[in-house]
Amino acid sequence: MKKIKKIKIKINGSFKFVKYNTNLSDLLKTLKIPLKKVAIELNQEIVDKKKLNNQILRNNDKIEIVHFIGGG
Amino acid sequence: MEAVSLKKDKFIIAGRNFKSRLIVGTGKYKSMSQCAKAVKLSGASIVTVAVRRVNITDKKKALLMDYIDPKKITYLPNTAGCFNSKEALRTLRLAREIGGWKLVKLEVLGDKENLFPEMIETLKSTEVLSREGFKVMVYCNDDPLMAKRLENAGACAIMPLAAPIGSGLGIQNQTNIKIIRKQTKLPLIIDAGLGQASDATIAMELGCDGVLVNTAIAKATKPFDMALAFKNAVIAGRQSYLSGRIQKNLMGSASSPPKGII
Repeated sequence: MKKIKKIKIKINGSFKFVKYNTNLSDLLKTLKIPLKKVAIELNQEIVDKKKLNNQILRNNDKIEIVHFIGGG
Repeated sequence: MEAVSLKKDKFIIAGRNFKSRLIVGTGKYKSMSQCAKAVKLSGASIVTVAVRRVNITDKKKALLMDYIDPKKITYLPNTAGCFNSKEALRTLRLAREIGGWKLVKLEVLGDKENLFPEMIETLKSTEVLSREGFKVMVYCNDDPLMAKRLENAGACAIMPLAAPIGSGLGIQNQTNIKIIRKQTKLPLIIDAGLGQASDATIAMELGCDGVLVNTAIAKATKPFDMALAFKNAVIAGRQSYLSGRIQKNLMGSASSPPKGII
């Protein structure tokens, strides 16, 4: 059996291994992220939520997913 | 019945009219449901919120938006916890991305103990954010000169502190607040440091357009009652301000006429 190639990414500060050629949209679906309630950064740059499909993840990518919480 | 002078009294920030002059924070509550109930009782039309990482391991964790509907109450994204311009800009750009929020609260802190605002970074951030089309409500110290600079940099509201964040000390420098009131036509909102309802009344009587309260409600022994108290205090203070108080006199002036005394 052919071994599936994986890459290492960092998401909200934690390391995670994902399949090679995964796009950002797939990743967020797997994580069940409610897209309407979040904003996403890839390597410190904001990603347009309409273009998540185009964003293929690379090794060592850093992703931040943020939302609103209670605050003063 | 609503008082006559309050009927036509509008609270407008960046072209939008808000019903309540009380803005409340949503931090420090015991639970989301407690927070939501206190917000409701306060009558606030605007709540401040923070931008933080989504918990990707515990997806069952309640979301603020499930408790406070951003369609019904205006979310005011805040940069609390940012200590320089770069962090603050990053936070607010992300906030805008969540759902088009342009009305934001800028708060750049300079010291982890006293939580005073770092005004140089705050001013720089105000300039950048205004250029990028944000409507920036700016947390600041109670310095009239700095308030003027923020206004010139494009702030849509000036938000001086009453006292350090969460201190509950009430307005420490009424004179400065009065001077800022005199010099600006922008919405002037006291942000941070209030401890009890009467502090809000004083702010409103000084001519402020609104107050922002979090800790004083969230950490009161009875947050729901305190939320209601602040609501009434803000209305009372505004009404008092608009009603034209009497002159202060050194000597007494009897309320009953001397004529006809037996």
